[in-house]
Amino acid sequence: MSLRAVHYLNQFFAGVGGEEAAGSPPARREGAVGPGRRLQAMLGDAVRIVATVHCGDDRAASDPGAARAILQLAGDADLIIAGPAFGSGRYGIACARVAAAAVAAGGRAIVSMHEDNPGAVEAGAAPVVLSLETARGMEESLRRLAHAVSAIAAGDALSSVDHVLVRAVRGNRLADRCAAERAVDLLLARLHGDRAATEIAISGFGRVTPAPPVADPGSAVVALVTEGALVPQGNPDRLESARARRWLRYSLAGRSGLAAGEFESVHGGFSTVLANADPHRILPLDVAREMEAEGRIGRLHDEYLVTAGNGTHVATAAGFGVEWAAELRRANVQAAILTAT
Amino acid sequence: MLCNLVPIALSVGAPRVVPTRGIQFPSGDPSLSAAEERSWRRRLLETALRAVSTAVSGPTVFDPAEVGGAAAVGGAG
Repeated sequence: MSLRAVHYLNQFFAGVGGEEAAGSPPARREGAVGPGRRLQAMLGDAVRIVATVHCGDDRAASDPGAARAILQLAGDADLIIAGPAFGSGRYGIACARVAAAAVAAGGRAIVSMHEDNPGAVEAGAAPVVLSLETARGMEESLRRLAHAVSAIAAGDALSSVDHVLVRAVRGNRLADRCAAERAVDLLLARLHGDRAATEIAISGFGRVTPAPPVADPGSAVVALVTEGALVPQGNPDRLESARARRWLRYSLAGRSGLAAGEFESVHGGFSTVLANADPHRILPLDVAREMEAEGRIGRLHDEYLVTAGNGTHVATAAGFGVEWAAELRRANVQAAILTAT
Repeated sequence: MLCNLVPIALSVGAPRVVPTRGIQFPSGDPSLSAAEERSWRRRLLETALRAVSTAVSGPTVFDPAEVGGAAAVGGAG
């Protein structure tokens, strides 16, 4: 008896379309589609891909209800397979959320993406099989995924040998030597040319692909966004001042400026006295409105997006970036001006 | 991206960076008079618009000092 799997793909790999279809809603097709066909061939009889569910990347990454809608379309599958998403941020986040939601609901799921994908930390209890960085590595990525899926079907445990991401767990333990001795050892190692020695490995930042230039700002929709934690006075939505896990949005509609006492920064990483005396020092709404009136800016987006960039995990921040980009694209914003403290 | 910590912005790969004058005020400068500060903010946004209109292949700094005539448009004093 074979395992009944449902495969999740984005709009591109499902053959729906490219960026013009990034807002397409969740939909289901029977059987394997696109890379799912190759995956099915590798899986043989033990696992059968009974259906494919797909959704546009912007929709899946920015609509909070998308993962639930995708799971409903998946129905009563024994296993959800998502990806490979490679290094693609929106796709990776969508795959991770679908898998995490499936496992949280008592089901089984597995995700495939590159280890630097911001979605890798959002997969919850679902295993992440590491794919290569781009779709050029499709064959090898599918091979790894098929191996891991077959192991799940056979009831075997997965490990790093199966290219499954092993999440680093931080915990307390008693060191045999004091911090000063360990620090001096690291310093000596560095002086001897070992530049990699560390007790806390910092992950790389990956790459940011620059957006193409805006042809004419005078006819573009421009958004103001900030990590300066500028919120309405009193912080009604309780934005965290450090290690933020979320971001917020506030309306700028009908507003020509930000008066002291109406907005404040709750950023915990610097003194906010100067920002609170004039919130335009964090969000330049006054001048942006002036330039909008002069036609230098086509139109200002009628809300600003905000978080607190203070001790934020890189993966969390990268995830915010992906969500903001999807959100702004959905609102037809062509350029964003980010003020960063 | 308007920020003061330009080396960090470049190290994390921010494609278009406009240097500003202090961590606590990315779009201001409290050492100036109110009118001068607004003019400086105008200059920063002029530079930001120049940045988003320019093709870049990797992290690039756009110097607000290079915006021609922006200070006059902003109406300093």
